[in-house]
Amino acid sequence: MKHLFKPAITTAIAAAIAGALSAPAFAQQGPIKVGFMLPATGTFANLGNMIENGFKMYVNEQGGKIGGREVQYFKVDDESDPAKATDNVNKLIKRDQVDVLVGTVHSGVALTMAKVARETNTLLIVPNAGADVITGAMCAKNIFRTSFSNWQPAYAMGKVAAERGHKNVMTITWNYAAGNESVKGFQEGFEKGGGKVSQNLTLPFPNVEYQALLTQIASQKPDAVYAFFAGGGAVKFVKDYVAAGLNKTIPLYGPGFLTDGTLEAQGAAAQGLVTTLHYADNLNTPRDNTFRLNFAKTYKTNADVYAVQGYDAAQLLTTGVKAVNGDISKRDQMILAMRSAAIDSPRGKFTLSPAHNPIQDIYLREVKGNNNEVKGVAIKALADPARGCKQG
Amino acid sequence: MDISTFLVQCLNSIQYGLLLFLVASGLTLIFGIMGVINLAHGSFYMIGAYLAFSIAPFFGDQFIIMLLAGIVLSALFGFVLEWVFFSYLYQRDHLQQVLMTYALILVFEELRSILVGNDVHGVKAPEWLSGSIALGDVMTYPVYNLFASAACIVVAIGLYFVVNRTRLGMMIRAGASNRDMVRGLGINIRLLYRIVFAAGVALAALAGMIAAPMASVYPGMGGQVLIICFVVVVIGGIGSISGALIASLLVGFVDTFGKVFFAQMSGIGIYVLMAILLIWRPEGLRSKGY
Repeated sequence: MKHLFKPAITTAIAAAIAGALSAPAFAQQGPIKVGFMLPATGTFANLGNMIENGFKMYVNEQGGKIGGREVQYFKVDDESDPAKATDNVNKLIKRDQVDVLVGTVHSGVALTMAKVARETNTLLIVPNAGADVITGAMCAKNIFRTSFSNWQPAYAMGKVAAERGHKNVMTITWNYAAGNESVKGFQEGFEKGGGKVSQNLTLPFPNVEYQALLTQIASQKPDAVYAFFAGGGAVKFVKDYVAAGLNKTIPLYGPGFLTDGTLEAQGAAAQGLVTTLHYADNLNTPRDNTFRLNFAKTYKTNADVYAVQGYDAAQLLTTGVKAVNGDISKRDQMILAMRSAAIDSPRGKFTLSPAHNPIQDIYLREVKGNNNEVKGVAIKALADPARGCKQG
Repeated sequence: MDISTFLVQCLNSIQYGLLLFLVASGLTLIFGIMGVINLAHGSFYMIGAYLAFSIAPFFGDQFIIMLLAGIVLSALFGFVLEWVFFSYLYQRDHLQQVLMTYALILVFEELRSILVGNDVHGVKAPEWLSGSIALGDVMTYPVYNLFASAACIVVAIGLYFVVNRTRLGMMIRAGASNRDMVRGLGINIRLLYRIVFAAGVALAALAGMIAAPMASVYPGMGGQVLIICFVVVVIGGIGSISGALIASLLVGFVDTFGKVFFAQMSGIGIYVLMAILLIWRPEGLRSKGY
């Protein structure tokens, strides 16, 4: 009897497959597979969590679907480790076969993700990592970013520092992609305004023993200091800076990462710190107020810039999927819709540059209590110069 | 570099070195006396810091009492941990110990994530320690950092006293030199190990508690400390507490001045130090015991 079964079963299976393939694309659509590659452990764990929550909140606001299609989430912990990045991203692309990659926080890891996404033509939306080259020399049709480039808030801060009359500034950061690009951006904005950066201090990532370099700063007595740190390192730096009494005579400036998500831990030390970022805690626009209220109700904690970036990543993806009526195989049409999208973000409306980076207002903020309060707009509609990007 | 900056950098080096010593002394005790490679030692440091974060609200300004309470709690934790987990590791080879203690790190990190979350936290220094001393016209040195260094020195003296002048210390030194002979003399080696392990855990947790107001409390804080501690233990000699003290101060100086003079290469400074010392004296600076 076996010899009768096998051909029968084979034919049945073949018929089923043929039937499935010939059905109209709409009827056969399964869920959109979204692959999160974010840090779940380590110093950036909290940031990864906020990004994911922001993304999911937007999807839930649309009834749990993206452009009418169900969503299936996959997740990999990238541990903010560039050495493991290739293996991790391949888990999502090859093993889980995701339709869109969302990640990550650490720029070094994001660079590897962008490289693999280019090679495999996977759609990638970067909800944080600010490495300039992702929308610069490594820009590609299928790579988008809803956060910032390291250059943007730094350049704005440089302009503000020059406007405030500082002539001689020292910078300090971790010696890695994000830190170096941030310092370069600051230097560009600052020197354009007539200032001069006297020394660039660095220490290896993620070393947090700052005392030696703080002592150096005290001995050189610059007009001001520009610092780039994020996460746990930012908390310790601000506390150490104030504990060393430097803030009394040498004002400290930095991009918003110095004070975003870290104020509760920094406490009194951060009060009065001036930073620049594409978001603030009290923009007080209807859109932002609704967003913050919903986020606080859903996740029992206040939204921050990372949550906004995750939220906007979901908005961007939904715009693309809606434009092709859920048929994401129409990649070119989807990308066209995404690149010309006007995102109604809690940070304010923004559009994307040809290199797929947000063109957005950079706010000047000051720390009051547990909030980064907006003081004004440092630069309106600032676009990253996208150096080396060949797409027009 | 002028003289006052140089002196302040020396102060920074000593302060960093002393805190490292506190963590490394526990590691060298466990490694030297019991022969167990304990990768989870950095996690004990983290547990101490999170412990400080959790119990600080109950103690307010009574910082010393909080530290003592923390020591007791962590020693108890170490006692139980040795009983149910580590006592099975003594007979195993080093690779198995590495694998099992590495697994312990992952378990602790997950537990921490579930119980306390992934946020970065601060611990406030008590009022009576929150002033600053002026050093020159720009810099001030927090009184709390001086307290931390003083606490480490007190612990070092206490350790010296216990290890060199008490019966318990004599048994510890004997156990480090020749474990089987100690057993053959009828000393309850299992209880001795349990006490030493509890002491090692308490030392690391105390370091975490003392460091918490300075370093803040965040996920992964144990990892960095662990690697540098192994460097200290290897340089100082496995099982030697005075060696750990000398080595931690060395590491403190190399790290601090390395950052100032060789910024690009400061990351590898202490490993270069370790390599040079291993070529010169493979067994470390001091031999086992004190």
